[in-house]
Amino acid sequence: MPQIGSYCLLLALTLSAYTFAAGIVAVFRCDERLAETARRAGIAIFMAVTAASLALVFSAFRDDFSLAYILHHSNRDLPVQYKFAALWSGQEGSLLFWCWLLSTYGLVLRLRHKVDTRLVAHASIIIAAVQVFFLLLVNFAAHPFALVAGTIPPDGNGLNPLLQYPEMVIHPPMLYLGYVGMTVPFAFALAALIIKYPGEKWIHITRRWTMVGWAFLTCGVFLGAHWAYAVLGWGGYWGWDPVENASILPWLTATAFLHSVMMQEKRGMMKVWNMWLIFATFLLSIFGTFLTRSGVVSSVHAFAQSGIGPWFVAFLSLTFGVCVFFFVRNRSHLQSEHQLESLVSRESSFLFNNVLLLVSCFTVLWGTLFPVLSEWVQGTKVTVGPPFFNKVNVPIAMVLLVLTGIGPLLAWRKTSLESLKKNFLIPTILAIVTAAALIVGGMRPWQDVSYFYSLMAISLSVLVASTIFSEFWRGGRVIAGKSGTNILAGMVQLTRRNTRRYGGYIVHLGVVIVIVGFAGAAFNQDKEQELGYGDRMQIGPYTLICRSYTQDDRPNYSSEWAILDVQKNGKQIRTMYPERRFYKASEQTATIVANYSTIREDLYLVYAGQNPDTHRPIIKAHLNPLVSWIWSGAHILLIGTIIALFPSVKAAKMAATAPERERALAEVAHTGESVGAGD
Amino acid sequence: MLTTRHEFNLYGWIRPAARRAILASALFAAIVATMGAGDADARFNRLGHALMCMCGCNQVLIECNHVGCTYSDRMRRELMAGIERGDSDNLVLQSFVQKYGNTVLSAPTATGFNRIAWIMPFVIFTLAVAGVVALVRAWKSRQAPAVAHGNATAEQFDAFRERARKETEF
Repeated sequence: MPQIGSYCLLLALTLSAYTFAAGIVAVFRCDERLAETARRAGIAIFMAVTAASLALVFSAFRDDFSLAYILHHSNRDLPVQYKFAALWSGQEGSLLFWCWLLSTYGLVLRLRHKVDTRLVAHASIIIAAVQVFFLLLVNFAAHPFALVAGTIPPDGNGLNPLLQYPEMVIHPPMLYLGYVGMTVPFAFALAALIIKYPGEKWIHITRRWTMVGWAFLTCGVFLGAHWAYAVLGWGGYWGWDPVENASILPWLTATAFLHSVMMQEKRGMMKVWNMWLIFATFLLSIFGTFLTRSGVVSSVHAFAQSGIGPWFVAFLSLTFGVCVFFFVRNRSHLQSEHQLESLVSRESSFLFNNVLLLVSCFTVLWGTLFPVLSEWVQGTKVTVGPPFFNKVNVPIAMVLLVLTGIGPLLAWRKTSLESLKKNFLIPTILAIVTAAALIVGGMRPWQDVSYFYSLMAISLSVLVASTIFSEFWRGGRVIAGKSGTNILAGMVQLTRRNTRRYGGYIVHLGVVIVIVGFAGAAFNQDKEQELGYGDRMQIGPYTLICRSYTQDDRPNYSSEWAILDVQKNGKQIRTMYPERRFYKASEQTATIVANYSTIREDLYLVYAGQNPDTHRPIIKAHLNPLVSWIWSGAHILLIGTIIALFPSVKAAKMAATAPERERALAEVAHTGESVGAGD
Repeated sequence: MLTTRHEFNLYGWIRPAARRAILASALFAAIVATMGAGDADARFNRLGHALMCMCGCNQVLIECNHVGCTYSDRMRRELMAGIERGDSDNLVLQSFVQKYGNTVLSAPTATGFNRIAWIMPFVIFTLAVAGVVALVRAWKSRQAPAVAHGNATAEQFDAFRERARKETEF
């Protein structure tokens, strides 16, 4: 297997180099036959990298410890699904996985070349260039098929216990699909710039691919947050670790692009800005990878660090240089067709939204890199931890939340004061009533700044949710009145007619729900106590009663766990089993959290250890309000994205019912309601 | 309350809505000014979040949950002892810095070079927002007045229709 894997990787590198070189020659000579060979070689890269990846997975299944990678990331008793996950659990394997995903995206792109042969041919060359870089890495800098020197040990070192969790089987692939997915819009954007592609088709293609990458990245980020919450056992889901920060950087710029791209599609504006947002998204994906794998910044994700930093620096510099070169050469192609006409307009709200997202991106990057800068300037390292990121980013998030509510209801070009009053009066009243109700209900924003932000977040979320609901309501009502159905059916019809706009609203609703979940963190409680047989522990309305504590021994790990009866307001509701495992191969411990999640709060129990004198378990209990809202919001957010990716039914049906459409528009104009006034 | 006629007139001159806004701002400022007050537990929680566990886990002190961590328990006891002694927040944090080094603080201090860490995001934010406002104003002032052409060509009408369709898409 190692020989087959190594051979396939070399073959893939050769094919990538051919796709790149032959593609360039074919473009210069306008040689269609040569271009076709380059395209087919690009397809063959997928097969070669797939074969190499399968060779590594089979080696893990066969416990082939002659391979250094398998020796360090697997062991005989490791469950099958984690042996599969070993593919992306270390440096070399994850880079091979990256190559495979890139080749898969490349395969899809090259199979769909008839979308636009010329544009795809150029994009294919750019993807091949990126592929060459990553294949150079896995062939020469981080070889996954490197052999163990000397005697082959009988068993492996095992997988990091923190990674032995079902979500870890899907979290990294999702994140990588997002990171790697950003290569495709980058390739299309750069290709369009290089060939001065006429028209707007390229921006539609780029937007859709960015949405795909964004959806995967979002999914990966939330899965990572959930994994941290469920496995790390500290009661939180986001710690502003450099690796987490690296994942959020391209997410922020991609989010900015997905908003500002509408200005280009609708009004032919912001072309330069959009081009650079796409470049920045791709560069930040690579930069994040460099940051976390080079050891430049210290991270809890230390399992992925090595000396491949210089390779990334070289690649980043080269890519940036190429972007600048073609931008300077062809920037005349990116001139805006229109300009902003008013500060109170949809365009302005997008512009401010972009500015805030980019400031937030800068802040995260700045905070992540500041320890390095400090060491360089002062000679001493400083820590930039959660307090910094929260203090700086929370106010920005609040303003962004306001824009989420306001922006979609502003008209393109200019919005009148009358329209503002009509659209925002009720949502603003609802937000104020919510704030008042929360204060009456016991929230004291003047006691702590986190309570203040929490109150703001919930009130503003109500404002945004009510604006979204009013959009659905008004549109649904018009359609229901016209077609004779109920409002709910009208809302569904409305969404189907403009999936992008209303899918976007659903995404915003998801964001709002996530933010309400974040707001709950201000009221987290925790308590730690040693519990003997029959001992009780009180946290919030919950009483924990220790029924027993025991030990277990499995092939892969041994464990200690407590059996706790949980009562709420004196009534038995369930039994929970917080656990601590000791993984034999890696000789590391891990906590298995017991969590009772409701819409109101999570009762989160951690087996913190045993008292060495009494041998009784020490239980740490957290009461985390509204956490389930975060995961629910993430689901809604992804559903909205999927809806937005689906084509609207209007294209086919509207053509057939043009007179009806005109009548509906006239009706809307007559009633003065804004229904789907643009995306 | 004693007041002069001039002051009274000045106050009366302010429109009721503006008066309410000023009062609300004063109340808000008072609320913000009193934020952060609290008892020993609140201080422990706040200072515990201002410190990092030094075991290498990269976690905030009171969130470190490593089984058998040799640092966090000891550091928490030191923190509680400092609070019980009645040391000021600054003194408590300084004692940790002296013992464990600068990296024990979970965020840069607002002194010397570290001040840049805090200032830079707000500078960028202010410049970016000001830049956008200036840009929009500049664009707005440059716009030529619309001229009504009675003799637009069919192609121009098509372009107008296409633009209208895009901007008012159903």
